[in-house]
Amino acid sequence: MNGSKIMTIDKRVADIAAAVAGIKDGARVMVSGFGDAGNPTELLHALIDQGARDLCIINNNAGTGRLGLAALMNAGRVRKVICSFPRSSHSEIFQQLHRDGKVELCVVPQGTLAERIRAGGAGIGGFFTPTSAGTPLAEGKETRVIDGIEHVLEHPIHADVALIKADKADPLGNLTYRLAARNFAPAMCMAAELSIVQTAKIVAPGDINAEDVVTPGIFVDRIVHVPDPISEAEVLLQQEAGSGEAATGTNQQQAAGL
Amino acid sequence: MTPPMTPLSREQMAWRVAQEIPLRASGGTYVNLGIGMPELVANHLPDDAGIIFHCENGILGMGPVARPGEEDFDLITAGKKPVTVVPGAAFFDSTDSFAMIRGGHIDITVLGAFQISRTGDLANWSTGGADIVPAVGGAMDLAQGAKRVFIITNHQARDGAPKIVETCTYPLTGAGVVSTVFTDLAVIDVTPAGLMVREILDGLSLADLQAKTGAPLTAAADCPALARPQN
Repeated sequence: MNGSKIMTIDKRVADIAAAVAGIKDGARVMVSGFGDAGNPTELLHALIDQGARDLCIINNNAGTGRLGLAALMNAGRVRKVICSFPRSSHSEIFQQLHRDGKVELCVVPQGTLAERIRAGGAGIGGFFTPTSAGTPLAEGKETRVIDGIEHVLEHPIHADVALIKADKADPLGNLTYRLAARNFAPAMCMAAELSIVQTAKIVAPGDINAEDVVTPGIFVDRIVHVPDPISEAEVLLQQEAGSGEAATGTNQQQAAGL
Repeated sequence: MTPPMTPLSREQMAWRVAQEIPLRASGGTYVNLGIGMPELVANHLPDDAGIIFHCENGILGMGPVARPGEEDFDLITAGKKPVTVVPGAAFFDSTDSFAMIRGGHIDITVLGAFQISRTGDLANWSTGGADIVPAVGGAMDLAQGAKRVFIITNHQARDGAPKIVETCTYPLTGAGVVSTVFTDLAVIDVTPAGLMVREILDGLSLADLQAKTGAPLTAAADCPALARPQN
């Protein structure tokens, strides 16, 4: 096989500021992750520095702790959150902002959220699902009985940008993920106009065996190397095991070099 | 008449649910346990019984909770707790995970409940209160998609209100989805003919149970005593 042509493709950017350059105010931003697994925390902090505001965030949750998505919301950059489960433990920042009427919430069943994102990336104009039929989340939606079961029409979700955390990437944008940190990332890479990936490891083309690629590079636009991504849950665990003194978000961020 | 025995504890209820999960070592039984009391069911299933635990965030073959010092936050349960995997486990993305759920590939899910109706409607995601942020997660997909939906719950709410009711007043998770309700007082099947009591706490009469229930119950005259573990 002649690989010389594709070898010239290189989606790497110089640094994390370059990775998030150009994200506009009002953008719809998909953010990978479930709980603490797969959150692109460093990209989210770069987005705070970049300055885009009035954002609509699509994520499974609505931020936990003080870092990442929670920090972006706390900085007043988020207008709306589309998610399945905003009430995780340590989701106080979102809850307060929502109570104060500062962040709008749209709750979507998790499987419907995943499939709507996939539909957005796959060119599907909508689909009928039995999930939520007969519940308040189906109110106002078109329904159809298929094979005797009531189904609800759901529309695709597209985004301007996806912020994604991968474990391994090659310059072409082929990705793999660690353990259960994959969750929403593959579908989100498909559904966004601009997919931006932070990756712990960058390897040469061919070093990810073609059989092992999880997200093919066609769905990826920018790659930035973040060799040692922070896990806020790990930080919290270490603090609990250590002095027992609750740290503020600020000194956690300092400790994390953010 | 003998006085009723003590209602089942949380662990005893979990044990009772576990007795109902078929052990099919060769073909595998795929089970999803909801967050909270349903998680206790895993404590009462044998390790090598061919049961594969599914986790909505993309794991088949979930093992025990991670030991202190061995936590890896890229490997967590739906409840965000660090966990382990067994040999032969698989990771996959959220669309595949919910294809497993919605597509009817999960044999049994065990969920908690605020309310269950006479016709098997389930309310377990929101009390509808304006002061609480609604959060559904995977509950609606599991309730709708799993082949059988087992509910583990106290028979009555903390304030004594019945949890089994004629019509749910809390927002529904799914309509007509519940197969069987396992409470601290009884095992009750949802059938086309209504709620059938299959086991009842020793010493408790059907009339006593009915008084704690908000929808009509029927039971065979020889309804057996609610099974509980020996120790």
